[in-house]
Amino acid sequence: MSIVTVQLGQCGNQVGQELFEVISNDANDTQRKVYSECSSERFFNETANRELVARSVLIDMEPKVISQSIAKTGKSGKWRYGDRSHFSQKQGSGNNWANGYCVHGPRHEEVVMDIVRREVEHCDCLAGIVAMMSVAGGTGSGVGTYVTQCLRDTYPNSFILNHLTWPYGTGEVIVQNYNSVLTLSHLYQLSDAILVHENDTVHKICAQLMNIKHISFRDVNKVIAHQLGSVLQPALTGDSHGIYNRNPIGELMSSLVCHPEYKLLSVCNIPQVSSSSMAYSMFTWPGLLKHLRQMLIANSKMEEGIDWQVRAPSFQPEGTERTGSHRRPGFNTSLANLLILRGKDVNDAEISGFQHPSLYTPWLPADEAFSMWKTPVPFNKYEKSAILVSNSQTLLRPLDNMVGKAWNMFASRAYIHQYTKFGISEEDFLDSFTSLEQVISSYSQL
Amino acid sequence: MTQSVVVQVGQCGNQVGCRFWDLALREHSHVNKKGIYDEALSSFFRNVDSRRSVGGSCDITGGRIQSLKARAVLVDMEEGVVNEILQGPLRELFDTTQLITDVSGSGNNWAVGHWTYGSAYREQIVDQLRRAAEHCDCLQCFFLIHSMGGGTGSGLGTCVLKLLEEEFPEVCRIVTSVYPSAEDDVVTSPYNSVLAMRELTEHADCVLPVENQSLVDIVNKIKHMSHSGKPGSVIKKDSAIISGQGGVSGAEKPFDAMNNIIANLLLNITSSARFEGSLNMDLNEIAMNLVPFPRLHYLVPSLTPLYTLADVNIPTRRLDQMFTDAFSKDHQLIRADPKHSLYLACALMVRGNVQVSDLRRNIERLKPMLPFVSWNQEGWKTGLCSVPPVGHSHSLLALANNTCVKSTFMELRDRFTKLYRKKAHMHHYLHVDGMEQGCFTEAISSLSSLIEEYSQLDATKDRLMPDAARLNIAT
Repeated sequence: MSIVTVQLGQCGNQVGQELFEVISNDANDTQRKVYSECSSERFFNETANRELVARSVLIDMEPKVISQSIAKTGKSGKWRYGDRSHFSQKQGSGNNWANGYCVHGPRHEEVVMDIVRREVEHCDCLAGIVAMMSVAGGTGSGVGTYVTQCLRDTYPNSFILNHLTWPYGTGEVIVQNYNSVLTLSHLYQLSDAILVHENDTVHKICAQLMNIKHISFRDVNKVIAHQLGSVLQPALTGDSHGIYNRNPIGELMSSLVCHPEYKLLSVCNIPQVSSSSMAYSMFTWPGLLKHLRQMLIANSKMEEGIDWQVRAPSFQPEGTERTGSHRRPGFNTSLANLLILRGKDVNDAEISGFQHPSLYTPWLPADEAFSMWKTPVPFNKYEKSAILVSNSQTLLRPLDNMVGKAWNMFASRAYIHQYTKFGISEEDFLDSFTSLEQVISSYSQL
Repeated sequence: MTQSVVVQVGQCGNQVGCRFWDLALREHSHVNKKGIYDEALSSFFRNVDSRRSVGGSCDITGGRIQSLKARAVLVDMEEGVVNEILQGPLRELFDTTQLITDVSGSGNNWAVGHWTYGSAYREQIVDQLRRAAEHCDCLQCFFLIHSMGGGTGSGLGTCVLKLLEEEFPEVCRIVTSVYPSAEDDVVTSPYNSVLAMRELTEHADCVLPVENQSLVDIVNKIKHMSHSGKPGSVIKKDSAIISGQGGVSGAEKPFDAMNNIIANLLLNITSSARFEGSLNMDLNEIAMNLVPFPRLHYLVPSLTPLYTLADVNIPTRRLDQMFTDAFSKDHQLIRADPKHSLYLACALMVRGNVQVSDLRRNIERLKPMLPFVSWNQEGWKTGLCSVPPVGHSHSLLALANNTCVKSTFMELRDRFTKLYRKKAHMHHYLHVDGMEQGCFTEAISSLSSLIEEYSQLDATKDRLMPDAARLNIAT
């Protein structure tokens, strides 16, 4: 089954390109033929001349990024983008969500959906659509939301996963909080699940774990691609009965998104080290899993600086009412977790630490809340990697900050005239704020 | 790729414009070694096959450069400056149709420029603007260059601004206005400036105010540096922001050094729209991010570095120094100190070999020293363009929407009031058809209310503003 990605805006296209790089390298790297073929089938279309063409649609409102992407991949020779799989315009969206959503989106709907349709038709069987975008700008966020709406209308029975990149907290774009609030509130209704990467977090990973001195956006994008790739590459799941899962996105959804009010997913992938240290590093499953578990409950995104003081409450005997005692300060409660193990001796890994009820919210039985996928094939040169996709309170604080800042700005009505002139009114803003406060409230009460 | 059209009005506007075209050619020839007419060039230039008859141009992208024509409209009510351009080395850039001139000038009288010439030349101007716009695939922005103190640039220039809004409402209007210094020798410059200010406040999307005195100070600073003879202080050739060397024109003329600074400002603002980078910043993003309220669109520019030292052994602490300098009083293009006033928003456009981590590090470092308005504590808009300007490995343009412009406006108001109280020189204005006493009162009241808006924001500066109460959700 194949996945079609839709890359939207500068960020979506830059990250998307790194994603395909990672996947192509990973699939080529391995000795395991079945894994390789499954991965290729999932992400690439093989043409008559044995070329691998990415199952991807590139969309941007200005041409520079896409033309660079296509030129770069054309040269590599390993894979390329489809010749007619891209759409760009001359003038960008000006960091204006309203411009993207109300003007560019509808204006180019037909052409864009045509390209998507063509790409979907190239798939024997569609596993789902992954839309990649940022929330801070105008195209990724505004046009991205509109396109997601069109995808939902056109493919009502397909799984749609939105991959979002959240900007640095200290501004890349001044109106980023407005654009983010508008995007998230709309996507929450349209998308099946929202997988988030935050620039701040990834930046720290680059700085502290990978020891990169002068971090560029390329470095950041590579880390995001590595993490996203590790989730989407083939694996053996509980349902797949010994062969690589045919329905990765569907299974992701059913494991993690059991309630429509809770759709925010985050990813942790360990280990992450610089390529120079890789040769000297030895990892064991117990070590990795212990760190990963603590990263989950202490809400840490990296193997360094984990707060080991945060502990799960001690187990309560059967029959007693599990109340909010697990809501300790600093403790990250999960709704559901998906653990993916890739690499050597994967069957020896002891994962019971993740199945403990104290990690989870009381209204879902712990055995429903936890799922595991695994494959003996190592991912992207790491002998062993453990990936945790979780639906938990991790994103609560960043989301709350984002809404808070946007609300403060809205209170003084700053910049609102830039949105109203394209058709987004103060009412629309208020609706968005209300939806997100609801989401925040739901997650707080986990 | 989008195109922009430059409209240069009046003596100052045309002189600055001339420097702009010269430096633009220099920049593109530096980058574009193969002589191909590429997208970047097309943002300001058309490629014309001069063998074809006049009016039949072929703008072929991707072909070889044949004859470049500037996307410009030159307007002046006396012929001296425009004639000089037409006789100088840049004459090939301009079609005679792009020039609109008259003989007698505006006599430093805003009313003559705005009303008399405004109505007389309206059709011609609109025609030329339309023509320029039609040559563009996707017109994104009009750059208007003029001075505030005179008659043509100030009066006719603001009339053109109104026309641009009427005829092309969707195209961004970025105005570079040269404000007169206190010691300006034109007696009526306060009248002209205040009358023009009203138009700018109403009709421009963004205004980049520049003060002559600041330009003079910067020029002196550089000259002092280059003549100081200190070891290690030799300035690399072509790198000074005031240098026009390497351009097409020959010897430098008196105001050239100052005008080069403004030309560099325009080049840097458009760099991310023309060249590639890891975080692109288009022109429409500037207005979007830096203008929180429609009338408060005055953006204080500052450019660094002013020059590159020739000694390559200087360590790269220079990069951080560049960021610090952008916020120092000496580098601002108006006489104001933004650090001691309130920032509403700030844009940093970086060119050259700078990564996002350098940018982040410097923002973190400088943030505590810069007061931002309570609802925009992280009011930073950033852009990274990979192509550096000529003679530098990296450069930074900072555009600040800061309440420090208030002081410039207040000084202007004071100078205006001194004259207005005595009704000095007013008869020259009131004689002009279309001009009335009401224009003066409206203009000064517009300026006063603008100052008032800035003052109100200033008042919030040191107060700790509480966060707005969040919505309560029924659970």
